Amino acid sequence: MKRLFKPGLLIPIAIIVALAIWPLFSGNSASAREAMFTLIMSMALASSLNIILGYTGYVSFGHIVFFGIGGYAGFWVITHLGWHILPAALLGGLVAAIIAWLLGLAVLRLRGAYFALATIGILEAMKALVINLDFLGGPVGLEMHFSEYKRYGGPMESLWMVYWSMAFLAILVIVVSYFIKTSKFGLGLMAIREDEDAAEVMGVITPRAKTWAYVLSAVFPGIIGVLFFFKNGNIEPGDAFRLHFSIEWIVMLMLGGAGTVLGPVLGGGIYQWLRKTLLTSPIFKDYQLVVAGVMLLIIVLFVPTGIIGWVRTRSAKLRRIFE
Amino acid sequence: MKILEVKNVTKRFGGLLAVNRVTFDLEEGEILGLIGPNGAGKTTLFNCINGVYSPTEGQIVFQGKDITGLPTYRSAHLGLSRTHQIVRPLNELTVLENAMVGACYGRENMNLSDARETAMAMLEFVGMADKAELLAGTLNVAQKKRLEMARALSARPYLLLLDEVLAGLNTAEVTSMLDTIRKIREQGVTIIMIEHIMHAVMNLSDRIIVLNYGSLIAEGSPEEVSQNPEVIEAYLGDPELAERLLEEEKA
Amino acid sequence: MGDVLFTSAIDGLLIGVIYGLAAMGLTLIFGVMDVINLAHGPLIALGMFGVYLLFTLMGLNPFVAVIIVAAIGLLLGVLIYFIAVSRVIDAPPLSSLLSTFSVNMIIIGIGTAMLSTSSYNVDYSLGTLDLGFFRAPGSRIAASLVALLTTVLLYFFLYRTRPGKYIRAVANNRISAELMGIPSTRILALAFGIGVMLATVAGGLIATILPINILAGGSYELKSFVIVVLGGLGNPLGALLGGLILGLIEGLVPVFMKTTWVPVIEYVLFVLILLVRPQGILGAKE
Repeated sequence: MKRLFKPGLLIPIAIIVALAIWPLFSGNSASAREAMFTLIMSMALASSLNIILGYTGYVSFGHIVFFGIGGYAGFWVITHLGWHILPAALLGGLVAAIIAWLLGLAVLRLRGAYFALATIGILEAMKALVINLDFLGGPVGLEMHFSEYKRYGGPMESLWMVYWSMAFLAILVIVVSYFIKTSKFGLGLMAIREDEDAAEVMGVITPRAKTWAYVLSAVFPGIIGVLFFFKNGNIEPGDAFRLHFSIEWIVMLMLGGAGTVLGPVLGGGIYQWLRKTLLTSPIFKDYQLVVAGVMLLIIVLFVPTGIIGWVRTRSAKLRRIFE
Repeated sequence: MKILEVKNVTKRFGGLLAVNRVTFDLEEGEILGLIGPNGAGKTTLFNCINGVYSPTEGQIVFQGKDITGLPTYRSAHLGLSRTHQIVRPLNELTVLENAMVGACYGRENMNLSDARETAMAMLEFVGMADKAELLAGTLNVAQKKRLEMARALSARPYLLLLDEVLAGLNTAEVTSMLDTIRKIREQGVTIIMIEHIMHAVMNLSDRIIVLNYGSLIAEGSPEEVSQNPEVIEAYLGDPELAERLLEEEKA
Repeated sequence: MGDVLFTSAIDGLLIGVIYGLAAMGLTLIFGVMDVINLAHGPLIALGMFGVYLLFTLMGLNPFVAVIIVAAIGLLLGVLIYFIAVSRVIDAPPLSSLLSTFSVNMIIIGIGTAMLSTSSYNVDYSLGTLDLGFFRAPGSRIAASLVALLTTVLLYFFLYRTRPGKYIRAVANNRISAELMGIPSTRILALAFGIGVMLATVAGGLIATILPINILAGGSYELKSFVIVVLGGLGNPLGALLGGLILGLIEGLVPVFMKTTWVPVIEYVLFVLILLVRPQGILGAKE
């Protein structure tokens, strides 16, 4: 268990813990909590995507499909079967994982741009399908009655519960991400990323490894989707399957450094901070998408390895500190 | 004991007959040279042997076990490793990690710490230990070839397929690589090597087989093969020119 | 029933030609440089608004406006190529996907700030063509004819002119084309420009027949993806065929079920074709 006490794991966890307890010390704890929820959720989502995109090299463009699927599954059992939010969240993760496994068997055979396109296709197909499913509320989606929060002691208590669950989950994602990165399984994934055919010749059972990576990267967005939509009180296809949202995760990942544990945490943080600053700035508030676009372009063209990736190429010593 | 039996192996790509009914055996501990002009189907034959391609017809038997059409990772697990003609380093991983992939997923299915030890030993063996922490993408071609070798050896294979490991190396590098190959054989690893540098393959091999247009046209000791007129013609078109060149090579 | 089917099919084919034209822009770029242009949708939207603005502000005939839009599209494409694409042309696919997507964000960002996301209309009519057994708005028929004409011109350009042949040579094998002395950077920029031009022209034509908004390009981009894999990535003629098929699906499916099922069918078909026959119906570029 000495792997637990390495800076590569402790630094990102410390960042998340510090952010998570921030609302307790803030004057306006409710608004601080909302801000931190968004921030921590971004970090967790980008870290999940990192498993398939950063470690394995498969560009899952429409990764938000798992967030949406999980969200719908959890939301439905809460509103229709009266489930408690926590088991419902786990169910959301499980459903997302199963769907990822089934989809993975098919689409992980595709490489490069073809895979990326297929994930967009899957996302849009799923969105279009949900719009047609009456039991999921069709285009308007599902709503939760306000009284639902009573069972958790009121809306305020529900929001805090969801918040702490989110923080816990984010730490869990980091731990999983770190253990994958530093494991034999992770080494196999990175071999696939660098050269899938060579990895296979060396004995990596690529279909199995890729499928596992895909499933693991889908579980957490599935769970997070349930927490997110429970907090919102409603779920609709437009929010649950918004392509732009999952591309934001890619931006965060690229910004911080894909394929590193700390990268998505840092990238998620910087991205959301920048976004918030832009939203409140009178000059940039209408142009935040433009700024995000320019930022992405600059990263892709000039720092394609992201901040942590760039730092890691500086020296072997830094590589040991920042996984 | 026979470690590998290639029986009537044919590989077609659409209308192109890349390998045509090739049959040969390999004894344990042997070094077999596989030569032939460019485009003769040598690399394709390797790809059929280690399962990158599934042969159109024929059978591959490795240590008495039929491995025809098994995925290539299965043959790696059974103890069949290879290097690539065009080097395929895992660029963004370190040299050590590259070799560790071989150890982790090879025949012995090692855990990470054993793999690290084995990989380090193999890097030492091929003279790359001081480069262990570098990213593989930063190596030069000769170093990348050594890395391919270390990676394949880290898998602790019974049979090693070497695809033109000498190509692109300078004279000093060739000499030291030949030395390395001899040492590998001394450790009991059986080797098939594709090679264009004649004096090297003639020196090292116990036996040589020759492919031309996908078919096996000669088999025998280096002496026999080098005097086979059909081989010489296949290689250079003009038998006399070929002989002259061979003389030069020997000198 | 037969009448309904016939009319719906013709309707579908008419719009399908325009879909095909848009998809040709995407597939040409992919075929030449293996880049999937994720700014395709916003560029279609720019074409729409180009025609809209030229029509409302300057009173130009929309079909004349399309010509100007085409020229602007070509220049814009060349510009985008040099800013966002040329540096990542040999990088892994993620890089060009993201760099073109950043162009998408920039265009949508500026467009939303300036035009909001509300709907606009090019208020222009060419009357109705009525053949008794078949009726269609004149502008719709005209738009389809222009799309068809553009396709013919594209083929003439690619097969009969020197730069067109260069583009095909670079698409076929960039390295040997360079060895033959073809200035590959300029040709790639030109190909990207033409790809963007086709997208803006398609957008401009759509603006003459349907209401537009700055986000509308997104759905046409997705349609283009579907069409492009249907017809084979990198195959312009396949894109035309794919466009017609998609148009037929869109025309005929609503006869049998709710319109909202159309996208489900399209995207499922899209993923299935990627899986089963990634080279498309006519085959991808050789």
